[in-house]
Amino acid sequence: MIGDTMRIVRLGLKSLLLHKLRSSLTTAGILFGVASVIAMLAVGEGASKETLQQYRDMGVTNVLVRSKKPEETQQSTNASSMWNVLGYGLLYQEADRVQNLLPQGIVVRSREFQRGVVHGEHWASTMIVGTEPPFLEVTNMKVREGRWITELDMQRQTNCVVLGESLARQLFPLEDPIGQTVLIGVEDRFEIVGVLEYQGRAASPNGTTLDECAFIPLTSSRRRFGDTIRNPSTNRWENIELHEIKVKMPGPEWVESAAGVVDLMLKPAHGAKKDTEITVPLELLRKEERAERMFSLVLAVIASISLLVGGIGIMNVMLATVTERTREIGIRRALGAKKKHIVQQFLVEAGVMSTLGGLVGVGLGLLVPLGIEKYFEQPTEVKTQHVLMAFGISALVGVVFGLYPAWRAANMDPVEALRHE
Amino acid sequence: MVPVAVVPAAAGLTVATEDPRVTAATDRPIIAEFVDVHRHYVMGKDNVVRALNGVSMQVRKGDYLAIMGRSGSGKSTMLNILGGLDRPTTGEYRVGGRDVGKLDDDALSDVRGREIGFIFQSFNLIPQLTVLENLEVPLFYQGRVGPESRAKAQYLADRVGLGKRLEHKPMELSGGQQQRVAIARALMNDPLFLLADEATGNLDSNTEREILDLFDDLRKDGVTIVIVTHNPKVAERADLTLWLKDGQVEKLVDNRAAAPAAGGAP
Repeated sequence: MIGDTMRIVRLGLKSLLLHKLRSSLTTAGILFGVASVIAMLAVGEGASKETLQQYRDMGVTNVLVRSKKPEETQQSTNASSMWNVLGYGLLYQEADRVQNLLPQGIVVRSREFQRGVVHGEHWASTMIVGTEPPFLEVTNMKVREGRWITELDMQRQTNCVVLGESLARQLFPLEDPIGQTVLIGVEDRFEIVGVLEYQGRAASPNGTTLDECAFIPLTSSRRRFGDTIRNPSTNRWENIELHEIKVKMPGPEWVESAAGVVDLMLKPAHGAKKDTEITVPLELLRKEERAERMFSLVLAVIASISLLVGGIGIMNVMLATVTERTREIGIRRALGAKKKHIVQQFLVEAGVMSTLGGLVGVGLGLLVPLGIEKYFEQPTEVKTQHVLMAFGISALVGVVFGLYPAWRAANMDPVEALRHE
Repeated sequence: MVPVAVVPAAAGLTVATEDPRVTAATDRPIIAEFVDVHRHYVMGKDNVVRALNGVSMQVRKGDYLAIMGRSGSGKSTMLNILGGLDRPTTGEYRVGGRDVGKLDDDALSDVRGREIGFIFQSFNLIPQLTVLENLEVPLFYQGRVGPESRAKAQYLADRVGLGKRLEHKPMELSGGQQQRVAIARALMNDPLFLLADEATGNLDSNTEREILDLFDDLRKDGVTIVIVTHNPKVAERADLTLWLKDGQVEKLVDNRAAAPAAGGAP
């Protein structure tokens, strides 16, 4: 039985080798189809993977409430003098109310502002984040060296700072930063108590990464710098108590209702001004996942069309082959071949072409994403199930598109077939 | 030649039984038999071609029978039915005890594969296969390919004088050699009879003689041969010649009777 199958496959290969160019071109049709399916899906996966990871990093159990600069009205633009203070955003009071309404959640407040950070001749203008001890856990960060901000720092309003990884490298290229001091702004000296591990993700919507930030206790921030701080980019004084309230809920199932509660609570004060924004990473994640599935589907459909074209190629060649080999079919029938034998023979030929094309196509499909990653620096991700799917479809294409030519071959009248020149 | 306008349905049988030298052979078993076979092709509404119009005949084990006739006499149709490639419209064709007309396509394929050894005018070897593989084709469809089939192929190749050419492709062989391959292939499945269609039509006269000598050899070994031809030189080498005309049996001639030294069949 296995010997017979091997014979049929060998016979198929032999017949295909009769027309090397034609067979290889047809095989190439499938090859590129399979390769494009795999490569396209890998690029699609890779593109969304980054975004998905970003949302995951934001914490799928978190609800994020951010202060947002309200859209400037005509009036306020006119009045934009240096002394006109722009007040908006979340208040300490509101953070307390959030904690009261959501006792299961961990509420973390933070205030962000732009300042220069100086150590000797090294200097960086970066984002200072005044925040609280749970920030570390809620944002899923780790301390590489030293320690994080503690409750004691909060109570004593100490001048301690934890540096992001790249900021630490920038200010202390050769030394150990722990225990040293930096100047934040022009007059406040802070002692470095810790350095974070590399995070590689954004800290706020303005694009600053967590690694570039300097973290100080929220209480110290309020005491040293106050709530009214000049925004260096717009040159305006802004009065903001809190930039962000992060609420970490016990599980993803809490997130939706928590966001609803916060939204309801904030509406009276901020609804009209539109100076706050609630972000639910879980929702974004799900949305992105949906978008990704859609994207993958579209890619798969497009790529499948190329496989379809490959299949049509196979059918075309098989029809030509069947016509050319009418006499052979007649001979085989005269020597005792049943219809099923003829069907088998031509199906195997079509299947060999598509399977070979599929195999080589898988190889190429695995190489192309590597090339894209290397030369276009676009992340890609090859998923095993996509490879298996593409290969499976290619093998199936051979059978499906070989079926009609094989059926035609088998149903020829043996007498007519023998007479065929 | 006697022109026969209308021959009774069982004319072939009648002729066969009336001839004493033919009846002398009736102790040998019948392996293939036509009983009032008609084969009509409907070409159009009022155009029915009666290619065979009531043919009855028998092939007995050990026969060497030539079927002669001009083109249009029904030779090819008779060949197709004899070979199990076609079925009678009415009447019976019995081969190996089975009525071929009642078999389905698969069973008919089995009849072709097991009972009949085809030899064609244009050899009909499969070009992409080697001689050995060509020889194994009939057994392949019986699922009987293996070391034994290889040994048998080697034996038959020696038998028909091919020697060591098993690994050659057909294109590398001469016409006569190709026909020897075809004859060996026809013998591979130990058929009830060899059915040759103008087996020497594509060969020069020397090669033709060699092939006919080979047929004689095979016949001596007890192989039954039915050869369809329009070449009298080929037909007269056979023991019996069945003449077809207008889809009917015109006459059955015993060639051994004409030859003074002819003996009876073994």
